[in-house]
Amino acid sequence: MAGPSLMDSLFQRSLDDLIKGLRLHQPTSESTFISKSLDEIRREIKSTDPQTKSTALQKLNYLHSLHGLDMSWAAFHAIEVISSQNFQQKKVGYLAASLSFHSSTDVILLLTNQLRKDLSSNNVFEVSLALECLSMICTVDLARDLTPEIFTLLGSTKSFIKKKAIATVLRIFEKYPDAVRVCFKRLIENLESNDVGIVSAVMGVFCELALKEPKSYLPLAPEFYRILVDSRNNWVLIKVLKVFSKLAILEPRLAKRVVEPICEHMRRSGAKSLVFECVRTILSSLSEYESALKLAVEKVREFLVDDDPNLKYLGLQALLVVSLKHLWAVLENKDLVIKSLSDDDPNIKLEALQLVMAMVSEDNVHEICKVLISYALKSEPAFCNEILGSILSTCCRNVYEIIIDFDWYVSLLGEISRIPHCQNGEEIEKQLIDIGMRVKDVRSELVRVGRELMIDPALLGNPVIHRILSAAAWVSGEYVELSKNPFELMEALLQPRTILLPPSIRAIYVQSAFKVLIFCLYSYLFPDEAVASSPSLPVDLDPGVTSSISPKEFSESSDVVVTEPLADREMDEGFNPRDISQSLEDVSVGNGGDTVIAHEQTSCSATLKKDYFTQESIVKLLDLVERTLCPLMGTHEVEIQERVGNIRGLTELIKQELPEFLVHKERNVEGVKVKALEIVKLMHDAFLEELGPVSTSAQERVPIPEGLMLMENLGDLEGICGDIQLPIPSQFCFGRPHSGGRESTSLFNQQTDEESETSYECTSLLAEHRKRHGLYYLPSEKLETISNACPPAKDPQHSDDVNDDGQDLVKLTEQSLVPKKKPNRAKPRPVVVKLDEVDGITIAVSKPESKDYLISGAVREVLLGNEVSSAQHKLPDKSSNKRREKDKLDIDQPSETKENLANVGKSETSTSKKSKHHIPGKERKHKSSRTNADEREDVQKDKTKSGHHNPRHKARQRADDNVDVIAQTPVIPDFLL
Amino acid sequence: MGIRFILMVNKQGQTRLAQYYEYLTLEERRALEGEIVRKCLARNEQQCSFVEHRNYKIVYRRYASLFFLVGVDNEENELAILEFIHLVVETMDRHFGNVVSTFPSCELDIMFHLEKAHFMLEEMVMNGCIVETSKSNILTPIQLLDKAS
Repeated sequence: MAGPSLMDSLFQRSLDDLIKGLRLHQPTSESTFISKSLDEIRREIKSTDPQTKSTALQKLNYLHSLHGLDMSWAAFHAIEVISSQNFQQKKVGYLAASLSFHSSTDVILLLTNQLRKDLSSNNVFEVSLALECLSMICTVDLARDLTPEIFTLLGSTKSFIKKKAIATVLRIFEKYPDAVRVCFKRLIENLESNDVGIVSAVMGVFCELALKEPKSYLPLAPEFYRILVDSRNNWVLIKVLKVFSKLAILEPRLAKRVVEPICEHMRRSGAKSLVFECVRTILSSLSEYESALKLAVEKVREFLVDDDPNLKYLGLQALLVVSLKHLWAVLENKDLVIKSLSDDDPNIKLEALQLVMAMVSEDNVHEICKVLISYALKSEPAFCNEILGSILSTCCRNVYEIIIDFDWYVSLLGEISRIPHCQNGEEIEKQLIDIGMRVKDVRSELVRVGRELMIDPALLGNPVIHRILSAAAWVSGEYVELSKNPFELMEALLQPRTILLPPSIRAIYVQSAFKVLIFCLYSYLFPDEAVASSPSLPVDLDPGVTSSISPKEFSESSDVVVTEPLADREMDEGFNPRDISQSLEDVSVGNGGDTVIAHEQTSCSATLKKDYFTQESIVKLLDLVERTLCPLMGTHEVEIQERVGNIRGLTELIKQELPEFLVHKERNVEGVKVKALEIVKLMHDAFLEELGPVSTSAQERVPIPEGLMLMENLGDLEGICGDIQLPIPSQFCFGRPHSGGRESTSLFNQQTDEESETSYECTSLLAEHRKRHGLYYLPSEKLETISNACPPAKDPQHSDDVNDDGQDLVKLTEQSLVPKKKPNRAKPRPVVVKLDEVDGITIAVSKPESKDYLISGAVREVLLGNEVSSAQHKLPDKSSNKRREKDKLDIDQPSETKENLANVGKSETSTSKKSKHHIPGKERKHKSSRTNADEREDVQKDKTKSGHHNPRHKARQRADDNVDVIAQTPVIPDFLL
Repeated sequence: MGIRFILMVNKQGQTRLAQYYEYLTLEERRALEGEIVRKCLARNEQQCSFVEHRNYKIVYRRYASLFFLVGVDNEENELAILEFIHLVVETMDRHFGNVVSTFPSCELDIMFHLEKAHFMLEEMVMNGCIVETSKSNILTPIQLLDKAS
């Protein structure tokens, strides 16, 4: 390719030209313009003229960061530009590097020398450029090779450089943990700097380090404490608070010490950000200090009543943090929480919902669910589902811990299923089946609810509840003996619209039909045994209670009402299949409507007849089964086909042998063997076998057969599943607020008024923001920008009806949240089958990443090594004393460090791990201080138990004569504890 | 790392500045920006300025036609980040407000002075940590540079 000519250089488009050109083009022609420009850039960047080259790179930077163009191909050119003598050009080059370089950029190593040169430059701005770039693109190699330069810069006298070096150190540590041994002491020294910028930078580093592995930084508590008390800079204080929120959990004595200063900040500060950080620290780590907690909750309330949605949101979040340990804090603010449920902002609503769910207990679960359901009906689909989802997950927590009245809960599940936007089919399916298996007493209600769902043909048209129908079908088949009308169930299972179901669920329908058929046949053929084998039902409802319940239910849901009186009455009379059978005779076959039947049933139940599974009804049943299922023999779905095959075989056999059996029966002949009879009996017995819940760890308890080789290392899986990344659930969110496509379209319609947007006077705009949020967030040092001439802040407008809803809710919940004991419960909580070991709860143990671990290991070595040597001089009892000690120590330090640095420099070719072991003496020291570190931990643990150390320790001490007793003094000086 | 990225986006959802403090591929960036912009621009002024997205918290604020969005990790103090955004805007205003009087709109300033905007951010944030909060300190190097050229 021909090189760029002089003409190219002379007539090169500048960046401004490029931007203007881009603005002139419509979105349609933009891409051609960009590719044309890119061609120019490719040509120009090869120019020998540094200015042309850097301008080309500058344009490429622009296109890369705003138009997403790949610029990795220009990596080498970026390095060329960086080496320029001209500062402007160098800057362009560094920007290109920090925008586009990453660990797998191959030319990155070529940058090492240039970086080293710039880091040692006399021009502070060059140093600063290099530091900024290094902090973005640092690789393991760069970190290792440039650690000496960074170390030098940490001691710089110019705070402009020093603070940037400090910020860079964090990235260096991450990449090359051995750098901790070199740089850590200088980092600590800077904690005592008078320069706010430097302290802020150091605290930033420690905050990040401590969040990952707090324990190693306990020895620095005195320094942090001093900053907490002395500093007046909010940025710094926020960082310190974050550190303490981690440390206070580890060391109760430290917690006791810091709680008062934190409260002081909370009382005094006008900066909401600081107050909020104090609140969060108290709520998350210091909530056992009652007065502090009270103060924090007061502050939260101030946030909640504020008009600023930001404060409201954060206030709710803060309450959620404390809700587990101190529910009273939530209850105290329940009015505001409930009000937030009808907020404009979906994010605030979600937080409020979580808090409402946190307030649920066994006493108020009915009322809260009732309120929430009525609220869900009025909400938009997304939030409606959030509500339903959280009801479901709250109620099933710890094996339905808070549910006393399972009949109520099961009918609630039925009700939820019918809510139009309900997307929680899978969860409801799971719970219906789970409850059926776990709670024996609720099964008859479950069958009733299942029936309600199944006989409604409209529901079959709604794919989202197919899963629920599958559970309903399964329940109906499994517990058919509790059904009032098995024939009707069969009708429902075989209704024509089942064709709308997906095959897997249809197979469940067919299987349930099989169970129902077997039950009917068995009850008909063996009337005596049927009665005997039918399970005993919950008949402990005494009449008084029943009558008090049913009117209430009457008013609640019209669906439920109709059959309710019947159920009650039957239960009163001692509910068993025989009774039902009497009531069902005539109505049994061939009707789908439910209300009518129910009433007829009531009348029928009075007339006592011996036989309700009549020959006629059975024959009709068999006909129905054959007629509807035979066509399915031709289906391609194996699951369905096979099951239908089974049923068909049985019905044919029965049809053949039924007349013969009847003859025998009429003549009362004993001992006649009919094949079909045996099969029916066998199948019935098989279906009678009860299914129980399965433990989540059941699989683990299966012994591994001998000779079976299980792969020990599943590392290979990484390769296979590497690209499947598990979403990390965010701590405070149930799900994501949906954003409709509507917004995005309107977004692009507005394109035309892009330029016509009259720009406000910037300053007045800023002032407006400042005024509207004047409360926040850090008090500005100067109030210069505030003018009163700006327009008033808009009041948040709630639509009226939403507000009314809110009021209703508040009122309703006002009553329901008052903890009250029900005067006497209708019935005791039924037995819920639990498996002996933890049901389903597994706690993931998170281990620190190996890199972090390396860092903290090194940190501990440095800190505790320091501690040992300073302790050798004298036991420190005052922090100032200790600081002096350290200063003294640092005088000896440089020679040793230089040695170390030389070491680092030499080891360029060796791997990072080896480099630290070059000098034997050094290694030995590491080892001994490591032992100290271990012992320190043990000591801290033992400390509370006894003043003396156990023999194991002593043995170890003797073994390592380098360790002296003083090493075991508490790392945190006593004045703090 | 407190701050993970800083975005400036106009009302139409076009990115005007993107500064990442962790490496993402171009595709990842594009996807992330698209998702976040869709989420945040759909919200109105009366709603709070925080949105959770993937494992980020997004703190954002709108100034005139421009949205300033900052992605932080979960430990970060949201209010402090809002204040930081305000600081960024005030700093830019102080600089561009005097320099480019013909283009009062913040958006155009940033478009034509993207490098300077990056330079300012570099003074304020390093490696995701806020290192400088004094407006005059932030602007000194840029002013020197302007004088020099």
